[in-house]
Amino acid sequence: MFDYNFHWRPVMKSLPDLLEAAALTLQVAVLAMVLGIVIGLCLALARLHLRGPVYWFATVWVELARNTPALFQLFFFGFGLGAFGLHLSPYLIVLAGLTFNCAGYLAENFRGGFKAVPETQIRASRSLGMTPWQAYSRVVIPQVFRIVYHPITNQMVWAVLMSSLGMLVGFRELSGETQFFASRSFRIFEYFAVTAVIYYAIVKVILLSSRLMAARLFRY
Amino acid sequence: MEPTLKFFSGFAPNDLWYMGEAALRTLWISVLSISLGTVLGTLFGWMLYEGRRAAALTLAPVLDVFRSVPLIIQLVLFYNFAPIVGLNLDPFASGTVILTVYTAALVANVARGGIEAVGAPMRRAGRSLGLSYWQDLRHVVLPIGGRAVFPSWVGVALGVMKDSALVSVLGYVELLKASQILITRTQEPFLILALAGAFYFALSYPVSRYATYLENRWAQ
Repeated sequence: MFDYNFHWRPVMKSLPDLLEAAALTLQVAVLAMVLGIVIGLCLALARLHLRGPVYWFATVWVELARNTPALFQLFFFGFGLGAFGLHLSPYLIVLAGLTFNCAGYLAENFRGGFKAVPETQIRASRSLGMTPWQAYSRVVIPQVFRIVYHPITNQMVWAVLMSSLGMLVGFRELSGETQFFASRSFRIFEYFAVTAVIYYAIVKVILLSSRLMAARLFRY
Repeated sequence: MEPTLKFFSGFAPNDLWYMGEAALRTLWISVLSISLGTVLGTLFGWMLYEGRRAAALTLAPVLDVFRSVPLIIQLVLFYNFAPIVGLNLDPFASGTVILTVYTAALVANVARGGIEAVGAPMRRAGRSLGLSYWQDLRHVVLPIGGRAVFPSWVGVALGVMKDSALVSVLGYVELLKASQILITRTQEPFLILALAGAFYFALSYPVSRYATYLENRWAQ
């Protein structure tokens, strides 16, 4: 049953390359999250306070991002835009796809967060003499941030996991790099096992640091 | 007579049939792994709830691995691991196994949440009315806890349906793989991707809207 010889040496030899690729994975995930948070915030506010074309644009974005596979979104930025003569590099395909997806999911979280803060609080702070900007930045935003903190952490984990789809559009992040090495050495199982461990470690570090940060941020 | 040789052929009505078949394969693998995974996941959820310390130390970390490693890596790993232990699985079988376990890992948390959502006083009341442990689970916990977590379960199921697109890495020709094949032949990426995306959207959007509707109605 077990006449397979595991060869870990080639994997260990290319471990530095894999770790470098892991840094690229993290980089694209963080960048997509930062862009996704900014865009997601705009989308959420547009859906809450605006009407007309902007509202519909935001709604279509959110529903498309949430109701189609992430891989489809990557293919769209990869091949779909090619129909209009727009050819993105693999890095940009993954970044655009992840940002599109994260912004859509985060927008819904933000919308829920804004809805959870009663409007009477804004009126109360306004009647205390705060400007609208002060009311938002000192009363509403801190509460919303508290509500969406854990969803943001989860989305960060998803962004890291989703970036593995880069493998299918020719991006050499952790998964793509692993596939490159694996197909060169035919040690597919060994390479992907090590990659799985690296992903697991990245996810655990993200969750742990988020929990430590939450302990510092949210104490009264 | 036209002397030019055409390398690419346009999108023909026949291709629509081909995509329809692939869409059915997407549907089939999703339905199969969601149903199996839900049964398994509910069992795991119950074990997590009843097992307390023992389950938290053994089962929970194992399930956690499936949530912390990208699905695509899990698929490649399992597909290449099965022959090592003497199993000959085709892409469909490997994909179903991994999607089932992945669903189960996600459903386990949902199911545990559902059991926890039913208050202890309610369950004690059921038991003191003479219900056995299993009757209590079947007639008290299932209807009440099930309603509480039904929306999250729908979210998991739709997520797995969308993630089933990843089984294409193993060579299983589901909808997105079929689209990719057609794009290579016809060079009409936009039309084909729009069709594929529309299929996913048409499946996912009504279901998620209906789940939200039910959630709101039950919340009253």
